[in-house]
This record gives sequence, structure tokens and C-alpha cells, in this order.
Amino acid sequence: MSNMRQLRFREALREAMTEEMDRDERVFLMGEEVGHYQGAYKVTEGMLDRFGSGRVLDTPIAESGFAGIGIGAAMMGLRPIVEFMTWNFSAVAFDQILNNASKVRQMSGGQFNCPIVFRGPNGSAKQVGSQHSTSMEHFYATIPGLKVVAPAFPADAKGLMKAAIRDDNPVVFIESETLYSVKGDVPDNQDAIEFGRAQVVRDGTAATLVAYSRMTHVALEAAAHLAKEGIEVEVVDLRTLRPLDEETIVRSVQKTHRCVVVHEGWSYGGVGAEIADRVQRLAFDWLEAPILRVAQLDVGMPYNAKLEQACIPQPDRVRDTVKRLVFRDG
Amino acid sequence: MTKESSPKASPHAHSDRFIEATTERSFDASHLAHLYRQMFLIRRVEEESARAYASGKIGGFLHLYIGQEAAGVGALAALRPEDNVVTTYRDHGIAIAKGMTTRALLAELWGKKTGCSQGLGGSMHLFDKAHNMLGGYGIVGGHIPLACGVAFAAKYQQQDRVTLCFFGEGAVSIGGFHEGLSLASLWKLPIVFICENNEYAMGTPLSRTLSVEDVSQKAEAYGIARDRLVVDDVLEVEARVGVAVERARKEQLPTLIELRTYRFRGHSMSDPAKYRTQAELDDHKQRDPLTQARAKLLASKYTEDQLLAIEKSVEEEVADAVKFADDSPEPDLSILAPTTYDGPFAY
Ligand SMILES: Cc1ncc(C[n+]2csc(CCOP(=O)(O)OP(=O)(O)O)c2C)c(N)n1
Repeated sequence: MSNMRQLRFREALREAMTEEMDRDERVFLMGEEVGHYQGAYKVTEGMLDRFGSGRVLDTPIAESGFAGIGIGAAMMGLRPIVEFMTWNFSAVAFDQILNNASKVRQMSGGQFNCPIVFRGPNGSAKQVGSQHSTSMEHFYATIPGLKVVAPAFPADAKGLMKAAIRDDNPVVFIESETLYSVKGDVPDNQDAIEFGRAQVVRDGTAATLVAYSRMTHVALEAAAHLAKEGIEVEVVDLRTLRPLDEETIVRSVQKTHRCVVVHEGWSYGGVGAEIADRVQRLAFDWLEAPILRVAQLDVGMPYNAKLEQACIPQPDRVRDTVKRLVFRDG
Repeated sequence: MTKESSPKASPHAHSDRFIEATTERSFDASHLAHLYRQMFLIRRVEEESARAYASGKIGGFLHLYIGQEAAGVGALAALRPEDNVVTTYRDHGIAIAKGMTTRALLAELWGKKTGCSQGLGGSMHLFDKAHNMLGGYGIVGGHIPLACGVAFAAKYQQQDRVTLCFFGEGAVSIGGFHEGLSLASLWKLPIVFICENNEYAMGTPLSRTLSVEDVSQKAEAYGIARDRLVVDDVLEVEARVGVAVERARKEQLPTLIELRTYRFRGHSMSDPAKYRTQAELDDHKQRDPLTQARAKLLASKYTEDQLLAIEKSVEEEVADAVKFADDSPEPDLSILAPTTYDGPFAY
């Protein structure tokens, strides 16, 4: 058994990047304020000192430009890690990710790979308003050619980041500002974690909660409340959205017969819609209730603190949704 | 009459060719007093905002305009009320200079229903249609093409309205800036692009953002007029922006103006600004345009008592606005659907 250490989410990410940069010269990091400023959210603290400005590059505010530079460099065999200060700003680089990163392998008939990691915090922070609170993972998860990763715990952050850097395909790595300080046990020898393996992080029989990233913690909180009322729900933490571990989800639903997906982004055409489709196709005969989603309210994020809290899925809303399923008449 | 200054004459050691006024302009002291009041009001509003942020009345990001007041106030003094303004998230000062009431501004920062955007936009997104304040925007450079569209609409509708578009030097690297300038030049749009170059984009100094030090040079490639000055004297800003505004109004031609300025606080409340020295900051505070305007007024017909009276009226205005914001109600959930769609909600 290896030893465990308590690491913060941001430290786990930093260790993964640092270890991969140590073992592979082709890996480099770029983004706004990642170097001299030590990272807008201090994820990359100390990395400029360790690797120098040749491998840790501060970029101007030019998301489309530096995403594109990363993609071209990746086609030539380098392994860039591109930080978006937040995923909101990736919208400016969406064309590069959609039309270049995800497509170059197929367009070239398999001649060129694009081994690049795009990473940064996603979704809401606290009262940062409409243009800084968008959950972007849904947009990326629809794109074939990309992989999308969204860990909830530091150990997974480390293992999945290592896997992302080693992957020969473009990977979208979803973090959260409100997760960066969360602590968790990380084994000393934490190695890469294979994509497409969800984890049951709480056992239960009354319903299955499917979540990822920060919402896994919200689901767990809701599960703890429900347990006090005698309702034991199972929580499945997806860890990767694409590939999606439908087997683990389906196995859980076959046991609980009810499914609620919790995510921060909007519901229309979102990750929850995808999961609902798969569950109804693969576990139709086991379902005893409709699949429900707890998502951001179907509006942009308001600034006002109370309205914002009402828009973002909270444990209460998850709990009430589960109860609606469990105590459903007929 | 203007001349190009030599590098040495420039007040900033590392800047080269700013264009300085050669002759003292004659000025109307009461007009300067009016601008001084606006600048002082902005300063006090920002200080009050910082305090409110510390006590939790304001949340999220808060980007203060302290140090840059003379840029926005001088530029907007060159406009008519019907002219339009579009800016970034660092928008409090611009909103006030465009006529937004202190009450509507603070109530918005407090997230209240009486705020300019009913508490939905917050600090970074100040809108006031009645005063042709068309918003603060949060995605760097994203508002520049939008501002060109505002100018396009004025031209299309044959309205005699000019658009002013503000952004930081950090925005000059992003596509929106270049596409905006390119289109404005091609379609001869009545717009003035104002780069408020405060020397830092968050923690990144100018030298690591741009390959050239002279931001106004960017105008050359697009074939548009340019100007470049250090913000010391609010009246000089007004006069120089005024030339560009007239060019837009009379000839339907865009201009790029670089205003070299400085922010006294961090990028936002979470930035301790460790990337610059205290000496550098002190140097800039010595040359605070607000103090310069006050001194100029004292050297004219204004007495100390008169200036104190102006400052007192500002204090009263701010205190009233704080109380108004404190006492105002918050918006409730029913506001979200009608502000998302006009008409039935498109589920
Ligand atoms: C497209 C985009 N990328 C990154 C950010 C994060 N960000 C906000 S302000 C800022 C610095 C902008 O500096 P500058 O344009 O010089 O304006 P200033 O804040 O100095 O007024 C950055 C990087 C953003 N808002 N939008």
C-alpha cells in the first residue's frame, strides 16, 4: 500500500503537470498569467521557476491565437497544456477547438494527431455575473474527436490529468474555481487513471444520482441529507464525460430503478440529456420513474447572490427531486 | 498645435513618443470644476465600493477605476448626450461620467432591484439606455465589434451620433479588436476607439503583452487616424478626444486614441498587485490627475472653501446612494424569465 497525503485540488493538478513535464520534454504549458503571476487561481504556482520561460509561457489575451498555436505544435509532436483562465474565455477559441483540434486527425486521414490538453475552471464562481459563469462542458462533449474530463476529487484530478497529458487526442479538462481548495487523499504514487471509468462514491438503493466535477459534492451532500430521512441513494461520479461509462451508470440504475442527473450547465441538450437517452435505452425495463435532471435554471446567471444560488443546483433541490421520484404515486 | 515629444520629455521613463500639448489651452474654470466634481465623485464611489466589498455587500469581481478618472471623464466630456458609449468590466467611472445616477450604480453593485440593471448585471455589466450607456462587457475585446455595430446603426439611420468604445491595452492582442478596427475603417464608421493603457493587463506588464510599446501604431495598418497622450490634464483629454469625435461626426471616420493612464489599485479586489513596486505606484500617485485638476482650480478663480463645498456635496451624494442601495429591495425569481426573452419563454 502506498502512503496517502492530503492535497488540495489545485496542488494535485500542479503535481500531475509537473511530473509529466519532468518525464516528457515535449510537454509545455501556456496561458494567461500562468508564469510570473503564478496562475490566476495559483494552480501553476512555482512552475515558471522550475521549468523556465521556454516551457511555461505567459500569453497575451489571445485565446484563439494561443489555442491555435497549441494545436499546430501538437500536430508537430509537442504536447501542450493550454490553460484558459476560465472556460468562459474558451468561447473565443471555440473555432480552434471545434474546427482544428477535433477534426485534424480525421481530415488528414489519420496522418496527424493533436495531443493537447485544454484546461481551466468551469461554471459559476460566486457572483461573477452572466459572462463569467457559463458551464462549457456540454458544448465540448458533443464534439467527436475530443475527450472531456471532469474530476471531483484531488486524486482523480491528478490521475486524470496525467492520463490527459499522455493521451494522443485533444482533451478538454474541466476544473472548478470552487473546487481548487478542496482537500483529499492522494496516494504518493498516484498514476494515470484510465478514462471512461466512473466511480460509485456512495452506495444506496433508493435512486442513482449521477454527477461530476463540483456537482458530485452537491450530490453527496444531498445524499447525506436524504440518509437522515431514511432514503439511501447511490452516487455515481462520472470522472469523464467523453468517454462516458454507461456500464457503471446502468448497473447502478438496475439496482435502484431511479435516476437523477445533477450538473451545473443548462439542461437543453446537455450531458444530462445524453445520460437520460442512454439510460432509457439500456435500462428501460428496470426504470420505475422518469429520469430527472437537476441543472442550472434555464436562464443566464444573474449577479444577485440569492438569485444566483437559486439558479445553481443546490443540495435542497437535489433532495426534493429525489423525493419526488421516490414518493411518486403510481 | 501639438508636437511630438522626445523620449526624455515623456513623463513615463519607458514610453517614447507621446504627443503633448505645446501651448497652455485657455480654459473655462467652471467647466473644469464640473469635471473635477465628476472625477471626485468617481473616486469616492470607488472607495465606497471597496469598503462595501470588504463588508460583503458587493460580491464577485470588482474592478476599480481609481487613478483613471480623468481618462473617462475627459473623453466623455467631448460627447453630446445622444452619443453612445461601450466599455469593459472596469465601467463604474464611465457609467457615472455618462450620466448614470450614483443611486442606480450603487444599487446595482449591491445587487438590488433599483440598480441600473435590476441587480442582474452587477459591477461588470452596467447599462443605462436612457443615458446611452450601452454596457460594460466581461469578455476582453468582445465588445469592440459590438461597438462598431452601434456606430453602424447610427450611420444607417443617418443619426448624428458618435460611439466611444473603451478597452484596455490587454484587448489589443485579441481578434475582436482587429476585426472591429478593420471593419470600422472599411465601412467608415463614426466611432472613436479609446485604449486606456494603464500599463498592466491583470499582472502582465505592457512589455509582455504587445510587441510594440506604442499601441496607437495599430491604427496605421487599418488606415485610420490615431492619437496618443498621457492622461494628466482632464481638459487635454477632452480636447484631444474632441478632435476625434468631430472627425467621426463630420467625416464618418474612426480614430484610435491611446490614453496612457494608471490604476492605483489591483486589477480586481483579489489582486494584491505584487508585480509592481511601491516606488512606481507612488510616482504615479504624485501625478494624480485629480490632484492636478484641484491645483489648477485653486490657481484659477476657485477658493479652497468653494472646492470643499463641491467635495462635501459629493460626500452627501455618495452617502445618500449608499443608504438608497442599503434600503432597496432585492429582485426575485420572477424577474428571470422576462429578462431572458422578450415575449413568451422559448422552452
Ligand atoms: C477573452 C478573455 N480572456 C481573459 C479574460 C480575463 N481577464 C479579465 S481582465 C483581464 C486583463 C485585461 O487587461 P486590460 O485589457 O489591459 O484592461 P484593464 O483591466 O487593465 O483595464 C483578463 C486577462 C477575459 N475577461 N476575457
